[in-house]
Amino acid sequence: MYVYNDFDEAFVRSRVAQFRGQVERRIDGSLTEDEFKPLRLMNGLYLQLHAYMLRVAVPYGTLNSAQMRQLAYIADRWDNGYGHLTTRQNIQYNWPKLQDVPDMLDALADVGMHAIQTSGNTIRNVTADHFAGAASDEIEDPRPIAELLRQWSTDHQEFQFLPRKFKIAVTGAEQDRAVTKAHDIGLRMVRNDAGEPGFEVIVGGGLGRTPMVGKVLRDFLPKADLLPYCEAIVSVYNLLGRRDNKYKARIKITVHENGLEKIQELVEERFAAIRDGFSGHDQALLKEIEGAFAPPTFVTKSTDGYEAARLANPAFRSWSDTNLSKHKAGGYAIVSISIKKHGATPGDATSDQMRTMAAIAATYGHDELRISHEQNVILPHVHKSDLPAVYAALRAADLATANIGLASDIIACPGMDYCALATARSIPIAQEIATRFDELKIEHDIGQLKIKISGCINACGHHHVGHIGILGLDRAGVENYQITLGGDGTETTTIGERAGPGFSADEIVPAIERLVTGYMDLRTDEDETFLQAYRRLGMEPFKAILYPAEDKANAA
Amino acid sequence: MARSFTPKVVTANALLEGDAVWLTEDNRWTRDIHEAELITDEAHGDLRLLEAQARADEIAGAYLADAKPGDDGPEPTHFRETFRTRGPSNYAHGKQVEL
Repeated sequence: MYVYNDFDEAFVRSRVAQFRGQVERRIDGSLTEDEFKPLRLMNGLYLQLHAYMLRVAVPYGTLNSAQMRQLAYIADRWDNGYGHLTTRQNIQYNWPKLQDVPDMLDALADVGMHAIQTSGNTIRNVTADHFAGAASDEIEDPRPIAELLRQWSTDHQEFQFLPRKFKIAVTGAEQDRAVTKAHDIGLRMVRNDAGEPGFEVIVGGGLGRTPMVGKVLRDFLPKADLLPYCEAIVSVYNLLGRRDNKYKARIKITVHENGLEKIQELVEERFAAIRDGFSGHDQALLKEIEGAFAPPTFVTKSTDGYEAARLANPAFRSWSDTNLSKHKAGGYAIVSISIKKHGATPGDATSDQMRTMAAIAATYGHDELRISHEQNVILPHVHKSDLPAVYAALRAADLATANIGLASDIIACPGMDYCALATARSIPIAQEIATRFDELKIEHDIGQLKIKISGCINACGHHHVGHIGILGLDRAGVENYQITLGGDGTETTTIGERAGPGFSADEIVPAIERLVTGYMDLRTDEDETFLQAYRRLGMEPFKAILYPAEDKANAA
Repeated sequence: MARSFTPKVVTANALLEGDAVWLTEDNRWTRDIHEAELITDEAHGDLRLLEAQARADEIAGAYLADAKPGDDGPEPTHFRETFRTRGPSNYAHGKQVEL
């Protein structure tokens, strides 16, 4: 993976030193909160309901074991011994003290990490397929491009004060695991007729209060044109995007209001004007970066031990059935570590768990870890013969929950337990749903099901693209939860439809249970997933399950 | 018709910890809402908020929050403000440990 060069190192250190001075001036009162706020946000520091929150960038979700160990150290030294994995592949600390944050940033810089541009109206952390470099359906590893975009967007002088935040996601695979159609720019690697790899460029997707599926701006963009083309898009948006209304400022609204054709015209015009300025340095840099992402040396050895362990241990078999994905190299598997133990907070990993995962990655995983947008941790390269040992180590750290892709593998934003913007809690709802399905012991029978919960309309929990989406709102001073159905965040991205009136905090878990057990009666056979059944049948039968007729008379 | 004034407390986040604090009648920042000054007059509330905002090296983000009188002192009326008095519901962190 990419290792900081002297330039990166000097830049990050100088930003820490600047921020140290800013924090000192804030504490001695020479900066007011209004003056300090934009400065702290540029460095990923939020002020939430009960404490500050530091959002650390994990570029395209990739970490090595030393970085993961350092994240654990930071959690113990300056926070409450855990970190929260986010839906943008980042990690958040919920309890830092203001005076400690510069030290935390220095500790991050020690392992080539930072919190720059994890907030504010800039280009945010570039996310990527969490199976990048390992997936069997991949054209190329998308991370060199993501790293190139990271370097280009970091402290880009033109793009520090965009109309609103700007999120880019990139995938090299056919199956979209990076939600590219719900990003400001989504990049999907495709091949042209000559078989050369390039990108389908998607623009104007996004969730939040006005969810939109991204539109294709260019069917095929040669790889060499990527940086100037992205610069052209952001440049057009920077001038055209609305600054009069924060809720209409994202590029999805710019595209919607001006029309795709107009945006295409302006982007191509801008692209033509700046293309020559990119005289090849970017391509030389990309070559260098690609070298840093060379695949590990895969080994060939027997997988007999793995097969024997599967036969001997039903718990291991169940885990390997749910938590493994197909790897491009023979004999290897991609391991998804569930950070969704039933009843626990989705995405919260303790420092001990982080150290365990780091140790496993160092011993069995070619020293690589990933954070997925689904708030889990991935070991991208594990040989199948090592899986029994990996499983045993995970189990000892309470990390062996076999629920990837199932009903309890819930995305949940921090909600009103932490977030100052939230209108309702999401974590307790996720905990209760997961606990309930575990009690019923039916989640393996239910099969693939994505439940996603947001605690406000900003949709950090991606509820719009959940097969079942839950949105927590404040209805006249009471928490109320709306259900959307049929959402999908993959290559067939669909925004879920609202089912009807919301449910109270007490009613929402029984409603979800009713919905899911009802689906099991409706499906043609157990291979038909919830989403497929919804697409075949439409909203009506599900609505009937959610709002039974006899209750209607009593409904207020 | 002007809306009648509902009682308020001045609340903010402590500068260093970020923890929720409330302004007392004797100008202290307390971590217990029951000790806060319950403001029943709108003009007085505006004035107290201005005074609070001037204390930039102690707190951040001061605002007036709805409250009501209770047996032990002011109590929050909205669930968001209730959560601020006790910390997150998933762990015993923040105020739950301190109080």
